[in-house]
Parts: sequence; C-alpha cells; structure tokens
Amino acid sequence: MANDEAGGLSRRERYEKQQRRRSSLIAAASTLIVLVALVVLVPMAPGWEKVQKSFFNGAVLAKSFPKLLDAFKINLMIFAWSAPAIAVLGLLIALARDAKSPALFPLRIFGAAFTDVFRGVPVILTVYLIGFGIPGLGLPRPWNSPYIWGSLALILTYSAYVAEIFRAGIDSVHHSQRSAALSLGLSERQVMRDVILPQAVRNVVPSQMNMLIALQKDVSLLSFIGPVEIFRQAGVFKSLLANFTPYVGAAIIFLIVTIPATRYADYLMARQTRERR
Amino acid sequence: MAKLELRRVVKRFGDTTVCNGIDLDVEAGQMVCLIGSSGAGKSTLLRCINLLEPIEDGEIFLDGSDISIPGLDPQSVRGRIGMVFQNFNLFPHMTALENAMLAPRRVRGLSRAQLQPEIENLFEKFGLADRMGNYPDQLSGGQQQRVAIVRALAMRPEVMLFDEITSALDPQLVGEVLDVLLLLKQQGMTMVLATHEMGFARQAADKVCFLKDGRIIEEGPPSALFDTPQMDETKAFLSRALK
Repeated sequence: MANDEAGGLSRRERYEKQQRRRSSLIAAASTLIVLVALVVLVPMAPGWEKVQKSFFNGAVLAKSFPKLLDAFKINLMIFAWSAPAIAVLGLLIALARDAKSPALFPLRIFGAAFTDVFRGVPVILTVYLIGFGIPGLGLPRPWNSPYIWGSLALILTYSAYVAEIFRAGIDSVHHSQRSAALSLGLSERQVMRDVILPQAVRNVVPSQMNMLIALQKDVSLLSFIGPVEIFRQAGVFKSLLANFTPYVGAAIIFLIVTIPATRYADYLMARQTRERR
Repeated sequence: MAKLELRRVVKRFGDTTVCNGIDLDVEAGQMVCLIGSSGAGKSTLLRCINLLEPIEDGEIFLDGSDISIPGLDPQSVRGRIGMVFQNFNLFPHMTALENAMLAPRRVRGLSRAQLQPEIENLFEKFGLADRMGNYPDQLSGGQQQRVAIVRALAMRPEVMLFDEITSALDPQLVGEVLDVLLLLKQQGMTMVLATHEMGFARQAADKVCFLKDGRIIEEGPPSALFDTPQMDETKAFLSRALK
C-alpha cells in the first residue's frame, strides 16, 4: 500500500501518531496553565507570607529533618513487627469464620464478633482503650510499655480488615476448583490449604498492599499514648520553634515511603485486571 | 455383579428433581455414554456418582458395596473414582506436573521422587512429555484437558467419569482428547461419559443411555439406540442432534 512517503507507516499508524502528538500537546498545555495559576495566584492570597513563614520555612526544615528521620525509625519498627502479626491473625480469623465443623462453631462466632467489634471502633479509640487500659492493670515493667499495647491495638484493628479481605479472596476462587480438588480425594483441609488459599492470597495481594500503606500511616496514632515517633517529634519541634514546618517535613517523609508503595499497589492491581480479562 | 450399579437414584435441588429414579449398570471395562439435552441430568448424575452431590434417595454400589450411605467418608470413594470436567478445572497456580502430583502426594502419601516415574510415564503416554513444566494458561484447551485426565489417572482410579470434556474445546482440538478416551478403553478402564459427541458415542461406546428430565428413557448398544430407537423422545432428540 501507500507506505513509502511516511517512512513505512501505514495509513492508520500515521493517523494514530498524529492523534498521540495532539494529545500530548493538549496535556502539556493544560498542565502548564494549572502550574502557572498555582505559582502566580496562591502567593497573591492575603495570608500567604505568614503561611510561608510558618509552614514552609527552609531553616526550620533543615534543623528538624534529621531528628524527624530518626523518629521515623520508630514508626518503621512498630510497622515491622505489627505487619506480620496482622497477616497471621487476619488469616486465622478468616479461616475461623469459614470453619464448617460444628466443634469449631464457637470459633466462628468469635471470628464474627471480632471483626464486628474491631471494624466498628475508630482506631484511635482502640489505641486509647488498650494502650491506657491494659497497663492500668498495674503490670510490671516491660509489660506496661505503650509499644506493646499500642501495637496490639493496631494488630487487632487491622486483623479485622485483613481477615475480611482474605475472606473475599477465598470467595473469589471459583467453586469448580473445590469440586476438582475434592473429586481427586483430597480432604476439605487439603483443598483449602493446597488449592483455595494459594489462589485466594494471590488474588488479594493488591488490596492487602493498600492495608499496609494505611497501617504505615496509622502507626502515628501511637503517639497519643507515649512513643515519640515522627508525628510526636514534629510536635515537639513545633512547640520548640513555634513553627509548623516540622509537620510538613513529617508529611514529606511519609510520602517518600507511601508514594512508591501506592504506585506499586496500583501496578499490581492493574496487572491483575489485565490478567483477568 | 457390575462394577458400578445405580439403583433408583434421586437427586433434587430444592423443588427441582434433577435425577428422578435412575437405574444403571456399568460393567468393568465398559464405556457407557450418557446423551441427552442440556439439563437432562447427565452432569448431575456424574457428580452424584463421585459423591460431590449427596443423593436424596436410591443407592450407588461400587464393586457391590453401597457408597451412597449417608455419613460415609466420601474421600476414600473419590480416590477410586476419577472425574474430568468440562472446563478442565486445572489448578492455575501449579504446573501440569504439580497438578498431577498433588492428590497422590497428599492422599496416597507418596513423595515427589516416588511418583516421578509413574506420572512422567502418564504424561508421555498422552503426548504431554514436553508440557509437564508448563502452567495451565500456557497450554491449549486440548492439552489442558489431557493434563486433567492425567491428573485424575494419577490416583489410579478404577472408574473414570467424564463430564462433557470436549464441550469447551475448539473443534480441531476435540479429536486429540477423544483419542485419549479410546486409549483408556483399550486399557480396560471403566468409563462413564456425559457427552454431546454423537459420532464418538456411536463408534466407541458399549452402551448408550438417553436421558430426559432426569430419567433414562432408553438404553442399549449404540447401533440399536442410534439406528432403531424405540421411544418417541429418543427419536425426536436424535433427529435434532444428528442433523
């Protein structure tokens, strides 16, 4: 066909190339307009100078940033031991709720009550009640640590959500997989362990990634019962320097971690949608 | 005594009676084909024989012992009766080889190494020797269905049930799967098929049963049933199916 003149492109390819160029131009132009508007218009607001001084103060940021990073290690630590505990407990609750044997009926009830309670109470309330309540029993020294009981509050709350996601994953495995596995002579337990769960877990990886990101942020709630993690540390700087910039610094540190994680979760989600099609 | 005997088998789903008193004898080494329109009860009957569905009434005997007693542990029976499904139902997270090894490892308690020669042999016999390491989504429909057959055979079943195993295949892939059935028949496997492949049933079956509304309307050797059907329902069905 008439490929010669446009460097070997077909009629359709030439058209699509032209369309792509057009789209990129429009996108670039509209982004530019928005940026200009922000840079020009926001500083025209009457309180801009004050806001700039108390929220975007370079000197304060430089001074507080290293210590904020230090405090963030505490967030990472709490996250690091809570996340595996949540995965295990969440899976156990999910399995308990689907238990079929009558002897395990109490477990089913318990699983249902557990998810109802801990999904129904705001995280901050659970952190307060467990974080202040249990040490109030007068436990001896390492056992009255807010790290332990604060982490437990996070673990309980997040397990309830994670359990529900696992259950959705178990339901998402087609029942014909169960039939096939049973027809081979496998027991209900073996069917669950070898056939259903591996597929269920894979199906919910993107959703669970989102729970991890949420957990990473909610670790900061423990600051209310004691641990000087990043949010609390930013508060200390705020009082010390009479300036809000440390909070912005804390937000930046969170974003450095959460943005790649969010992008990765989105990528997994998109890949899964493609595979399902 | 027949290998497999069904006596007045009744299966209901709520108010719908899917199998309405089915009697059937399958002799050892026989291939029995169940034909009939969709919804006649063929697939459900196979699921009942495999104890995937409990029956409401009647009995099912395997080698003369009742396997339909309520409360009987179905696991031991299912190992003796293999089943292959319309949509293959391979485990997508396992390779073909792992699919075939799972049940023998778990139920027969054998190790991978112990199973390797036996199972590789099966794959070779069915022309899948170079496909053992592939995942199901890397295989064609015909290959997947042959892997599903190998997977069922790996439990060394005495009876095999096939539930419309060529219905989900492209026409040019049907032949390779039917060839496998002929091979199994040669080896003396006892088989019950629900099928829409009239040509195959006529050529290969020892007995053909025509089902309608959960009953066996007519049964007999394929030549008799296809050439000189006695019942009006059978004639009507065949005239539509063989058009």
